[in-house]
Amino acid sequence: MKPKPEEQWTLRLYVAGQTPKSLAAFENLKRLCEERLVGHYHIEVIDLLKNPRLAKDDQILAIPTLVRRLPAPVRRIIGDLSDTERVLVGLDLRRPVPGASAS
Amino acid sequence: MKNDNRNRLVPRLSTSHALRKDRTGIQGLDELTGGGLPHGRPTLVCGGAGCGKTLLGMEFIVNGAKDFDQPGVFVAFEEQSQELAQNFSSLGLDLNALVEKKKILLDFVDIERSEITEAGDYDLDGLFIRLGYAIDSIHATRVVLDSIDALFAELSNIAILRSELRRLFRWLKSKGVTAVVTAERGDSGLTRYGLEEYVADCVVQLDHRANGQMFTRWLRVVKYRGSRHGTREFPFLIDEKGISLMPITSTGLKYTVSSERVSTGIPRLDAMMGGRGFYRGSSVLVSGTSGTGKTSLAAHFARAASASGERCLWLAHEESPSQIDRNMRSIGIELEPEIKKGMLRLHAVPPTIYDLEMHLLVIHKLVTEFDPRVVIIDPISNLALISSETEIKAMLIRLIDFFKMKQITSLFTSLSMGGPLVESNDAKLSSLMDTWLLLRVIESGAERNRVLQLLKSRGMDHSNQIREFLLTDHGAELRDVYLGPSGLLLTGSSLLVQKAHEKARAVLRDQKAGTREHALEHKRQALEAHIAALRAEFEIEQLNAQRIAGQSEQRSTVLSGDRIQMAKQRRADSGKAKKQR
Repeated sequence: MKPKPEEQWTLRLYVAGQTPKSLAAFENLKRLCEERLVGHYHIEVIDLLKNPRLAKDDQILAIPTLVRRLPAPVRRIIGDLSDTERVLVGLDLRRPVPGASAS
Repeated sequence: MKNDNRNRLVPRLSTSHALRKDRTGIQGLDELTGGGLPHGRPTLVCGGAGCGKTLLGMEFIVNGAKDFDQPGVFVAFEEQSQELAQNFSSLGLDLNALVEKKKILLDFVDIERSEITEAGDYDLDGLFIRLGYAIDSIHATRVVLDSIDALFAELSNIAILRSELRRLFRWLKSKGVTAVVTAERGDSGLTRYGLEEYVADCVVQLDHRANGQMFTRWLRVVKYRGSRHGTREFPFLIDEKGISLMPITSTGLKYTVSSERVSTGIPRLDAMMGGRGFYRGSSVLVSGTSGTGKTSLAAHFARAASASGERCLWLAHEESPSQIDRNMRSIGIELEPEIKKGMLRLHAVPPTIYDLEMHLLVIHKLVTEFDPRVVIIDPISNLALISSETEIKAMLIRLIDFFKMKQITSLFTSLSMGGPLVESNDAKLSSLMDTWLLLRVIESGAERNRVLQLLKSRGMDHSNQIREFLLTDHGAELRDVYLGPSGLLLTGSSLLVQKAHEKARAVLRDQKAGTREHALEHKRQALEAHIAALRAEFEIEQLNAQRIAGQSEQRSTVLSGDRIQMAKQRRADSGKAKKQR
């Protein structure tokens, strides 16, 4: 499935310092976006150690947390995003498209 | 060297090692824990839904901010901010004001499982950062996490959660905050997820159980490392002022006793107790069968106490306050003026709405609030409806201890069953009581009449006589009783009859005695007359005897004179004859 051309994805990745989990999550996300959303995505990395307020404002408990802010609705995925299948489900990128499934 | 080694073997128990504690400000809990929760350590509060965990946590935070100058962070995992503020304002806790003053920080963690997908390894650093930021922003020294179980609903990786919670408790400790972490009760352990394993310092368990028709809340300190604490369960109450419990264990009879006296409100009853009434701070049992006037006697005491400026608390287990007021008015005791003045408080507590422990707690709370000098419990025997005699006795021991500590004079009425052993019914309770008044009904002459007996009164000279206890339209009166001719007590109209009889008999006796006296006087007079007569007779005889003696002397003189005369005569005769010759 490919996103519609006019559709812009805004993704936020919340981390707490340069931990192995955070780095892994960023790598996994980057790879996935390059595969599926080339030219249509924007990743914002937020380090809660630098902006602790945002932990409350954005209701973040687990680290790392990926939030899909756009397109609506908001979706959250936690973990280092190593489980690609689940990330795709979570981001709603595995919606079965009739006719396209065979390709 | 030797000395050093020996010293090292002696465990150090100096006060500098004593655990520092933070007071919760919850009535009773601080006493129970010897000063509050362990400072700088997490305490686990566990219990089922609706048993008061959130309230305990909230009170800990609010009291800390308000009374102990310790700002606090409350993290709610389950309730929304508005709901929480509403719940607490209904308890008179104004959160918003304290929040504005930065004394309290409320943090609501949104948890909605459906939104979140888990994809790979994670930790709870977000929560730690969030918590740390909240703590630092108001310099909090107290933290509540309510309830931590909610995380298990949001996150499905139990292994990660467990290790992260373990880390959380360690982290809280390293922050040096005094924390309360609440958790749901589990089926097998104290908590559903075994969190008690992570908290080594202090665990408090709350419970909410039904016993028959009654629900009672219970609190138990399961564990408190390095501190002495009561281990049994204590009932607690949640009302408009929050949580309160009464950890009355054993006061050890350490109270001081007073030699001051308080009037019973019935002069003759005072008179039976050396003229001065009960001792202040003593316990009084008034027992009797139905309708013997126990409540009336209590009312006299209540009115006398409150009229003399001593606040009186009346706990009615049987009648409503208005009913008591009406009934007492019918015998001329006006309670209402004292109620209006605020000196007397009638408080109705149906015995069956609480269990015994809760009754104790309710009484404790009322006494603490109203601060009375006199407490009346009418009747104590109704508590038998909800528990056994042994339990009641144990409760009364604690209650009376509490009253004595506060120098409160307490009067308990007790309904005894009829029968010949009226006294033995209450004998078990009586050992706790300083004064025991027994009211009885005596049937005779087709009448029931009340009598009062002072069975015991510790530490004072008291009357051992039975008095008739009359309820008139101007209050109770005590009267002497009469023993009838057959040795039976006479009361009521048979007493009047007896009195009339006795009067008549006395008159008759007077009359008889008068007559007898009269006769005696007669007799005396007669006797005296007789004596006089005898004496006169004697005197006559004496005179006669003297006369006779005189006569015989005369006669002998005369005789001798005669003889001389005769001799003379004879001589004369011879001389004559000579002369004549």
